[in-house]
Amino acid sequence: MFDSYQENTLRYFPEKCINCRRCTQVCPHGVFAEGKDRAELVQPSGCMECGACALNCPALAIEVQSGVGCASAMISAALRGKDMDSCECSCGGSESTCCGSETHEEICSCGADKKEQK
Amino acid sequence: MTIPATENTQQSCCDEGRKKPACSCSVNTDSKSVIHTTTDFITFENRWDHFLARWGINRSGHIVAPGLYRLGNPTADSPVFASANYTLSFDALREALAGIDAYILVLDTKGINVWCAAGKGTFGTDELVRSIKATGLSGVVTHRRIILPQLGAPGVSAHEVLRQSGFMVEYGPVRAKDLPAYLSTHTATREMRTVRFTLSNRLVLTPIELVHVLLPLIAVAVVLYFLAGLVAALGAVTAVLAGTVLFPALLPIIPTKDFSTKGFILGIIVALPFSAFFALVSGLSGIGQILAVIIPLLVMPPVTAYLALNFTGSTTFTSRTGVKKEIFRYVPVMVLMISVGIVLAIALGTFRLIGVV
Repeated sequence: MFDSYQENTLRYFPEKCINCRRCTQVCPHGVFAEGKDRAELVQPSGCMECGACALNCPALAIEVQSGVGCASAMISAALRGKDMDSCECSCGGSESTCCGSETHEEICSCGADKKEQK
Repeated sequence: MTIPATENTQQSCCDEGRKKPACSCSVNTDSKSVIHTTTDFITFENRWDHFLARWGINRSGHIVAPGLYRLGNPTADSPVFASANYTLSFDALREALAGIDAYILVLDTKGINVWCAAGKGTFGTDELVRSIKATGLSGVVTHRRIILPQLGAPGVSAHEVLRQSGFMVEYGPVRAKDLPAYLSTHTATREMRTVRFTLSNRLVLTPIELVHVLLPLIAVAVVLYFLAGLVAALGAVTAVLAGTVLFPALLPIIPTKDFSTKGFILGIIVALPFSAFFALVSGLSGIGQILAVIIPLLVMPPVTAYLALNFTGSTTFTSRTGVKKEIFRYVPVMVLMISVGIVLAIALGTFRLIGVV
């Protein structure tokens, strides 16, 4: 009750694991732990779907639909009739920079050139 | 407000990775060209820049020139660290490396911090490989290791970087301040690998949460002041402050797991004094009094709950799946409550105008 965070999209296929331990290094929530022959999925509900483990698994033993859990970005995407899953956002200190990314052209020392290229 | 980068920074725009022929600035074809110099000293100007960044002032202007930096007096054997070109990220790294001779490779993340940029892919495999090549890093150091912040991992595929650049990615600790301890063994403890969300982590985010909603809040408060009086205007301010300041501060101790329900609980608590005021002090009676008691309880909690739900984007642990579930579960309730509340408020206003209550 009142817990929407029990399930997530993380899937682990231990039979593919080559025990390189990358997942245990990159996970910021201790979801994977080192095991004897292969990594062990010890905290599946702690997964925040950042995608670091899947991207860094050379054996493709981990799958996750990664994305940032930012309500304001998803709601505004839904209101504009866009796909909630494809909207971009971000976490932490730079929230507004990310969410309003249209206004942020690349930082280029060539000045005016960049605008023409847009 | 910018950084110690004083030398040629043209590389950042003319990088071959983007293939933009129209760029007219001179391309530096000598790949071993520019190495910037930086220090481990954080100046007052740096700290002022950090303060402004936290308040969202000149949001996109807290930028370091991308490229390779020399910290101290590094040799060909010195470690290489990667960072984002956001002043808060870069300064945290060089401050943590005080007294250590090293190279810092600043990726072009468009002035966004490491974790967010990794989530968007700008702190990513392609940009890292591009930067390694563009700066001629393999000619600067003899080893082939590069230490990345752990939170860069959502954008970087270590085995792909190795394949494309020959550099072995090593993921350092989450927090730059743990680097000196990490460097002694090159292994991170579980504690160093885990993201936290402490009271100070949360409080440092409250200014930006508040700044985001300040203008609409002022507009609503002024309108309410003229339509319904000072107490109603204060109610709007209270509901918003509860959602943007009190909620982040009290996050772990408010009951329930979902952000929306936590927000509802907090919203009801801060609405109670307003209901009490209308019940006891306002001088209303009968149906008018009942309406005046109900209205704050219908209008304030959804505002606080909505702001609380939006704080998910700033936390370090909410998954997209869970946030989506929250949106579908609770946003309809919020809309219903505030709609009924507004209708009742208009009804109450009309009753008073025509003298029914």
